Amino acid sequence: MESPSSQSSPDKFRSDKESQPERESYPAQDVSGRSVDSAWAQPVSRLRVENVPQGLTDINVRDHQVVNPTHGFGQMWQKTYHVRLSGVKITPAEVMRYWKASFPALQPPGNHFYPSLAGIQPGEILMINALLPVFPDTPGIIPMTSGVMVLYSDDTTFTVMTPQGFPESGWNTFSTFEEDGVTIAQIQSLARASDPVYEFGFRLMGGSGMQEKTWRHVLTSLARQFGVSGSFEMYKTCVDPRVQWNQAKNVWHNAAFRTLGYIIATPFRWIAHLFRPARPS
Amino acid sequence: MSKVNVNMNARPVEKNAFVIDIVGEVNSFAENSLMDAYTEASSAGAKAIILNFSGLDYMNSSGIGLLVTLLIRVKRQGQRLLACGLSDHYRQIFALTRLNEAILEFPDEQAALADL
Repeated sequence: MESPSSQSSPDKFRSDKESQPERESYPAQDVSGRSVDSAWAQPVSRLRVENVPQGLTDINVRDHQVVNPTHGFGQMWQKTYHVRLSGVKITPAEVMRYWKASFPALQPPGNHFYPSLAGIQPGEILMINALLPVFPDTPGIIPMTSGVMVLYSDDTTFTVMTPQGFPESGWNTFSTFEEDGVTIAQIQSLARASDPVYEFGFRLMGGSGMQEKTWRHVLTSLARQFGVSGSFEMYKTCVDPRVQWNQAKNVWHNAAFRTLGYIIATPFRWIAHLFRPARPS
Repeated sequence: MSKVNVNMNARPVEKNAFVIDIVGEVNSFAENSLMDAYTEASSAGAKAIILNFSGLDYMNSSGIGLLVTLLIRVKRQGQRLLACGLSDHYRQIFALTRLNEAILEFPDEQAALADL
């Protein structure tokens, strides 16, 4: 299920008002005049998904807490990926408008994002259906269904925060900005692997490489939409090389295990449904 | 045009603590300012760092991320990191991101110092 707007041309997101000056996000409001206070999600203790897309389950999101990098198990990494949109006259805000509207369409095969009807707005949940690899440099085969919460969204930035059980504990920030007259699209993650199994997967089973390929695909696809090949760069820093053994218990929430369990239990749920007593009229 | 729009000043207070007064915007461009202020405090022997947000104009999600990287550096040195002066809005942000579980926040500098 993809957002209808993901099929829009990038030209649709260029400003129609040539006279409207482009300005950076100042403290009080963004370029659309919206207060930046409204750029943040409202406090929430447990996540809820209003409309679960057909064919997906919210078992790895419903009633889960969001987690920041201090809640994860593995090493903490900050990874920055960016692409320079050289040779095309387009503002950071215009690129971000297109990016938000086309987010699912820019993903590599096997990685499916399902924004809510409200789209990428603060507090909304983006459901995710992905395949995780078992061996390095092989396609993903382990299904994982989960979601991320839009923590923050303004006209040039949005950040998603992960729930318990997601492969990483932390957040990803997608942003656009101008440098030396060139618009740059950037993805920056700050996260730890959530539990020892994921840490093993990231370090030894190709998880880290797959993640880097995914974001390279997203950024180069975004650049292609604007008619540029875009020079892609990646930087990564190990912010904390230590693992947090007191968070090993996070494996209880492991979304990949729970998704597998849900799939395996599907026939039994179907049988149980057949034998459920009919509700009295 | 410079995108750095923050001033961070580290000053010593009692109990081997330093206060970093944050004035302006905390976003990704504030990283050098924040880390420089922390280095100054840590080099002077600070056992605790109190981030004073009473002069904060604006913080976005990148700014929140900076606090996490600062927290790692502080913990590695065996120091404590506290916050004070947050507005109601940013106190909610701390709760939303669950940063308040790692960085205790207080109404003002005196309350933070009393906890040391």
